[in-house]
Amino acid sequence: MYPADYRYSKDHEWIKAEGSTATLGITDYAQEQLGDVVFVELPKVGAAVKAGAVFGTVESVKAVSEIFSPVTGEVAETNPLLSATPEKINQDPHGAAWLVKIRMTDPKEVSGLMDASAYQQYVAAKAKENTA
Amino acid sequence: MDSKSVETVIPAETIRAARRHVSRNENLIFEESAPGKRGMELPPLDVPAVDPADSLGDAFARDDVPGFPEVSEIEVIRHFTRLSTWNYAIDLGMYPLGSCTMKYNPRVNEFVARLEGLATEHPLQPAAVSQGCLRILHDLQKCLLEITGMEAVTLQPAAGAQGELTGLLMIRSFLQDRGNPRKKVLIPDSAHGTNPASAVIAGYEIQNIKSNDRGQLDTDHLREFVTQDVAALMLTNPSTLGVFEERIAEIAAILHERGALLYMDGANMNALAGVARPGDFGVDVMHLNLHKTFSTPHGGGGPGAGPVTAKKFLEPYLPAPTVFQKEDGTYALDHNRPKSIGRVRAWSGNFGVLLRALAYTLAYGPGIRQATEDAVLNANYIRKNLDDLFDLPYDLPSMHEVVFSDARQKKHGVNTMDIAKRLIDYGFHPYTTAFPLIVPGAMMIEPTESESKQECDLFIQALRSIAAEAESNPEIVKTAPHSTRVGRLDEVAAARKPVLRWRP
Amino acid sequence: MRYLPKSPSERGEMLSAIGVASIEELFESIPAEFRLSRPLRLPGPLSEAEIIQYFQARAAENSRGFTSFLGAGVYPHLRSVVADSLIQRGEFLTSYTPYQAEFAQGTLTAIFEFQTLMCQLTGQEVANASMYDGSTALTEAILMAHRLTGRNQVLMARSVHPQYRQVFATYARNLGIAIEEVGYTSSGQIDLGSLPPEKIRTAAAIVVQSPNFFGVLENVPGAADSAHAAESLLVVTVAEALSLGVARPPAEADIVAMEGQSLGVAPSYGGPYVGVVATRERFVRQMPGRLAGQTTDEDGNRGFVLTLATREQHIRRERATSNICTNEALFALAATIHLCLLGRRGIRELAAQNLAKARYALGELEKIPGVLRSFSGPFFNEFAVDFPRAVKLVNASLLREKIIGPCVLGAHYPELTKRGLVCVTETTPRAEIDRFVAAVRKILENPV
Repeated sequence: MYPADYRYSKDHEWIKAEGSTATLGITDYAQEQLGDVVFVELPKVGAAVKAGAVFGTVESVKAVSEIFSPVTGEVAETNPLLSATPEKINQDPHGAAWLVKIRMTDPKEVSGLMDASAYQQYVAAKAKENTA
Repeated sequence: MDSKSVETVIPAETIRAARRHVSRNENLIFEESAPGKRGMELPPLDVPAVDPADSLGDAFARDDVPGFPEVSEIEVIRHFTRLSTWNYAIDLGMYPLGSCTMKYNPRVNEFVARLEGLATEHPLQPAAVSQGCLRILHDLQKCLLEITGMEAVTLQPAAGAQGELTGLLMIRSFLQDRGNPRKKVLIPDSAHGTNPASAVIAGYEIQNIKSNDRGQLDTDHLREFVTQDVAALMLTNPSTLGVFEERIAEIAAILHERGALLYMDGANMNALAGVARPGDFGVDVMHLNLHKTFSTPHGGGGPGAGPVTAKKFLEPYLPAPTVFQKEDGTYALDHNRPKSIGRVRAWSGNFGVLLRALAYTLAYGPGIRQATEDAVLNANYIRKNLDDLFDLPYDLPSMHEVVFSDARQKKHGVNTMDIAKRLIDYGFHPYTTAFPLIVPGAMMIEPTESESKQECDLFIQALRSIAAEAESNPEIVKTAPHSTRVGRLDEVAAARKPVLRWRP
Repeated sequence: MRYLPKSPSERGEMLSAIGVASIEELFESIPAEFRLSRPLRLPGPLSEAEIIQYFQARAAENSRGFTSFLGAGVYPHLRSVVADSLIQRGEFLTSYTPYQAEFAQGTLTAIFEFQTLMCQLTGQEVANASMYDGSTALTEAILMAHRLTGRNQVLMARSVHPQYRQVFATYARNLGIAIEEVGYTSSGQIDLGSLPPEKIRTAAAIVVQSPNFFGVLENVPGAADSAHAAESLLVVTVAEALSLGVARPPAEADIVAMEGQSLGVAPSYGGPYVGVVATRERFVRQMPGRLAGQTTDEDGNRGFVLTLATREQHIRRERATSNICTNEALFALAATIHLCLLGRRGIRELAAQNLAKARYALGELEKIPGVLRSFSGPFFNEFAVDFPRAVKLVNASLLREKIIGPCVLGAHYPELTKRGLVCVTETTPRAEIDRFVAAVRKILENPV
């Protein structure tokens, strides 16, 4: 379910690093919690992002979810599909519905994040909390 | 719609409060339009006619309003009458919406608001020919001061949210006068969304305070939160759980000893009018929602009015102008208010709404206490008759509203939204779902004093029946409502690709 | 009490069911020291007949029997009893905000029609379901421009309604927004010449009113060009909505903030009225206020819902586009019905009557020695006039003739004490215009 070569943050973002560029999205757990996505707000290309800071939002009908960047850097690309078809986030959150590509200033920041199996456990614990 | 009648899907004996009736289909008015029809004719012109293009010049003139409908008077009557039959309304039955106080809107209020000599008056008229209007404002002011136990009042704010902003701006100006407006406003996590939104406009940062495990303000830790940076606490009392903050005197004292002020959101005043006065229990400034406690009609979303009452020390900061009575007994507007926060709205407020609120208050007089008692009686009666079937997250005394949760029904896959939608099939408007935020799966119920015992019993029976359905036939609850003109509407499509106007 | 549907015995039964002996027990959570032991000192209780008597007495203490020439943001116009009888239907009057769309399709459909009519009238692409009034609609429109551009300065024409400017100043004060006033020329329009591009480049918006407070129509395309050349926005506020029946709509504006009182809403001493914000589709997510959107149910039936709610306070809380919750829905409905009755031809005819009446009145006034129109720009139903003496004095004498004279511009523009704003609508009979002109002539013939 959660690709082994991605890393994951506590705020349910995934990040795939390739050298100093990272692709970023929200996880399947996040999209499920949100429900049908209706709108995505992303920063402009060239904007600076900081680790731990909000850089955009994903909206459903009744909720707004902030997206936090797990790394510091500059926005290199934003996904052109999401303004016309935000539902891609529900359909393919780990693939076609990536949000941004970031040129990282410190690629080592990625290693501090959870790997796939740690994230899997984290999500399982959260799910238990919600139904308690 | 499904070809089966509602009755075969749901056995007839389970629906006791509602039956379907025929309602006509209706297009948009633009779709009924045809060139040459008109709905209103004008008296003839008694001065020479002019041509707009000549008078204004071609650069400023317009020769058409494309797309404007052309329909006859009968079509307008039928169109809007048919539309109205698709609505629920207080005149039809209960709206148990928590903190909305959907009480009866007295019809005499509509009559007096329309009187020639009141509806016709221009707000810029000299005071000499506006004594009637000014006296109405002044008389209402006196009533609101007495009801809230306060000493200063403005009727200018157009709604509760504007009242909140006004109160916060007054607090800011007062603190500024003392040298430091401070930076933060404390807001409980159970607060209505307008509270933080208003605080931001007043230039304050929000600090959310978590409610304690009883759903009340965490008074034990309040001292830690009230630093020198805190200008005020915005409190709703009774809370959005319908529970009175018993330690209110302590809360006020803690704030005051640190130079901070206590703002009260008066949305739940229906639990207090005639019984207790916020001015007596330490509130410095508050707003009232006249479209809640004071019966002015909601009209599908507004208008409202949000007067603010306050202690004397805040009087200089009231929005200008204020309404006052001169020594000779006449009434006037006072524009000479150097410390005023300024204007929050043009003119003196939603006069027509203020007028209706005064008519309501005059109808009751001191007997307004009875309305409050009946409101609290109804809420507790409903609570007592449902607390065996629905989860009560906080077992504290309810005042005018009670908050259940869907915890028990969730075990069968039925949530508060489903239950609310199923209530529609029983002839009731849903209660408030998804609020307050501190109760997951909230069912917030406020009957108001306008409901008879019979109506309360019908409501109780409906919810008891739905609780049973949640166990025996959850599908029927999860796919409700079944008896409305349209089923659940696709809100996702509406938000993804918004269509916000008709186009030919 | 007639509003309380309980008999004493029913109250007793309910108390027993709850398990308390008296109603007082249900208030015990209020500390005893705060529970009132005396009845409130309030007038009443009054029967329905007495309530009517009270308000009829108040109605007789106002301006009955007087003829008014006041406009200045509130305009007396013909209203139809059809609209008034429809908005008194309980299903409209006493219904709640249409959050539960399935049985509020009446309200939601009417809102959708209102939004459409407002777009057609203003030449904009989207409109909301109403704001409180013109003054707060303008405030919200400028705040919207501030959010869209990220700029902290606003260029505000002095010819914008003084009260609208005051309201914006109250809101702007704590949001770090600076207001710079822009003067007017002899035409009565905004002095765009005094705005070099460098000045506009730091502004979120240029703000004009059209027709402005002096009654003069602004050059909206020109103002838009100036704003857009500096990547700023143009916000236009309209206080006299009926003018749009014959005047070019502000289609080049980025955001329009309109007061809809002229569209079938009674003057009612200042409110309730109906504001609206209209704008371009691409700005819709920054709009304040509710929006009704078209959609379908699972069977494909057309229906309407409140949409894009994530902009609003109940979801976004402190990050909402506005704190507005309650709006002016019932009067948006009244305006909707009124416009449907007037229709495409009627609104034009009614607006044209206003043009005619105002020009007749101006023509007659200018026959009086020393009385001259103040500005040269095009006007709708309101115009400023120079008098040879202070308008306040003229008005004091007019009042004795049961005439409420022009708005004293000097109260808001200290340089204009001898200038008065005269408004004449289709509701002012010719005989009253003639009487007014004759009275002014007589007053001016007498020494002060």
